[in-house]
Amino acid sequence: MRPRPSRAQIVAGLLCALLGFAAATQVRQVERADFSELRQDELIEVLDRLNSEAELLEEQNATLEGERDRLQANRNDDEAAQQAARARAEVQGILAGTLPVEGPGITLTWRDPEGQLTAPMAYLLVDELRNAGAEAISVGDVRITASSYFADDGSGHLIADGQALASPCEWRAIGDPATLQTALGIPGGVLATLRTLGGSSDVTVHESLAIDAVKRLEPLEHAAAIE
Amino acid sequence: MIALLGLLVGVAVGLATQTDVPAFLAPYLPIAVVAAIDALAGATRALLDGIFDDKVFVVSFVSNVLVAATLVFLGDQLGVGSQLSTAVIVVLGIRIFSNAASIRRKLFKA
Repeated sequence: MRPRPSRAQIVAGLLCALLGFAAATQVRQVERADFSELRQDELIEVLDRLNSEAELLEEQNATLEGERDRLQANRNDDEAAQQAARARAEVQGILAGTLPVEGPGITLTWRDPEGQLTAPMAYLLVDELRNAGAEAISVGDVRITASSYFADDGSGHLIADGQALASPCEWRAIGDPATLQTALGIPGGVLATLRTLGGSSDVTVHESLAIDAVKRLEPLEHAAAIE
Repeated sequence: MIALLGLLVGVAVGLATQTDVPAFLAPYLPIAVVAAIDALAGATRALLDGIFDDKVFVVSFVSNVLVAATLVFLGDQLGVGSQLSTAVIVVLGIRIFSNAASIRRKLFKA
């Protein structure tokens, strides 16, 4: 009952098939949209936008890089300053007697059974050691510093920084051992005086000697550094 | 009937095969498709009016597509490609709407 389709009908069917095919293909293409879809002027627009964006980002990049370099330089400065401060703190800690120290030095054992050792003699001994280049000195458990003092308690005992020193007591000094030994042995020195008073002393040289006694710093009440 | 069948077959083939649109066709294909849809709408209206003719449909289809593609090509050459394709789409859209309105009046008497 179906009439034979005319040629025009077949062509129309083919055209419709072509339309369907083209439409479906186009839909697929749009789904995968990329730059190949775009027209020349649209592409130029996109390019312009990307260029200005890139410029902006470049600027931002330069700014951030400068900031980074500045921060890095600051950090290097900080590190150097910190190192210097650490070295300074060490030296000052040794000088102020707040740090335990070690190095070559001598020990001096002082025997004074009759209690003849007086504060002025102890002071002289410290002086002799300092003159011979001692960088750190201790007697018994007391670290001797610039603010140390000696006193007699009236019953033949010597007091150093408030601590009574029993005989025999041991002095430690860190410095050039040979110089220190020579300085202590000079005629008319403190040790010679001690001998004439009936005491005795031994000096021992050490390659490496430790002074563990430290001084506790009291907060300063009156003096302040001038900035 | 053959036309409808062809349309369905075409869509099925287009969806099934992952065909890439050649670069030189890329700007024209969407316009061509819209033009073809316009031709289809006009043919449907003629069918309902009882004045449908196969030859007229084929000629109008092909000429619609060619004119639309040529306009876009011309626009591209003149540097007003995107504006001109918008214009073509607008005109074709209006025609599709008016044809659809006629079809609606025929089918629903409203």
